[in-house]
Amino acid sequence: MWRLVYASSEGEIVVSKAMRPRYRYLAVKVDSQQLLEERDIIEAVWKAVAQLFGEYGASQIGFFLVKYDKQSKQAILRCSLKALPMVKASIASVTKMKEKPAAFHTLKISGTLKALLGKMSNC
Amino acid sequence: MTKFVDLHLCVPLWDIEQSKKMIAKSAELGYRLVAVPFPPSVKREEVGRVQKICDDIDIDLSTRVNLAPRSTRELLSSLRSFRRRFEVVSVLCTSKPVARQAAKDRRVDLLAFPIAETRRTFFDGAEAELASESLAALEIDMTQLLSFEGFQRTRLIPILRREVAIAQHFGVHIVLSSGAVSEHLLRKPKDYASLAMLFDMDSSLALRALSDTPLNIVERNRQKLSPNFVAPGIRIVRRRDRSV
Repeated sequence: MWRLVYASSEGEIVVSKAMRPRYRYLAVKVDSQQLLEERDIIEAVWKAVAQLFGEYGASQIGFFLVKYDKQSKQAILRCSLKALPMVKASIASVTKMKEKPAAFHTLKISGTLKALLGKMSNC
Repeated sequence: MTKFVDLHLCVPLWDIEQSKKMIAKSAELGYRLVAVPFPPSVKREEVGRVQKICDDIDIDLSTRVNLAPRSTRELLSSLRSFRRRFEVVSVLCTSKPVARQAAKDRRVDLLAFPIAETRRTFFDGAEAELASESLAALEIDMTQLLSFEGFQRTRLIPILRREVAIAQHFGVHIVLSSGAVSEHLLRKPKDYASLAMLFDMDSSLALRALSDTPLNIVERNRQKLSPNFVAPGIRIVRRRDRSV
């Protein structure tokens, strides 16, 4: 996804700002009766994406779990901008986690983590 | 602010606690109106119980009946008996004659098709043309999409894609409803819109199918069921006081 544009005279690699990968940050609420760990969230998202879009689709989403708060059951996910519709559909399709009924509800989406946290604190 | 509507919330009428949980969850997820399917022979007290739950939670309730007739005669007889008792009438089209009759009958609000059986999908061009003239909308239950997995879902998605494409081509309204039987199958309207992209429904159309389209159906029927309704476009605005 990173595209190297040119190497400067100092030898460091410079990447054009326009060519940087763009991400979206999603705040989601995990709706489940059980106590879930970070790896359960990651596993559920990967499984949902792979089920709906296959391994090729899953390879494009650039998914990363930024933060998960067990108390409030809220998580912040990061995905690539291009794969946002895929990720939104996938997380909405989750019906089970650890073999028990569960769901993800998208709360907010933002382009930067800072803006997302700002939006979250406002609501 | 957009008023989101879930026209098919299958609450268990025998379990008040579970019904309360599901209706509360709907309200929490941003729905302002829910249509609960009742059996055709429902008593007023049962409707009253659900109405009370909705009043407590501050969400609007609409009554709905799901008809699954085996013949056109049965459909017409059911419509005669139940149309004036429910605000929303949905017909599950299990045969071609029933599908055609339901599509051209102005008393039918929603056309549902048994999607689990791929050979029994009767929503084609002719059906859509009839439906577009009679204002019947195509209903898509999102529970099927959520509860199916693997090969079943792989078969379901192209059927939905085809139905949505036909409906759009012929100008048939589409209604997305949850069809949820438990609160874990409920999703936010925007999450449903995200899922609808799987069958090529763009976000704005999907959100309309969750707000304006179902709301228009309910409002139109409420007007018709009102004692002041005379004919489309004509209603009684004031009655003469007989005591004078």
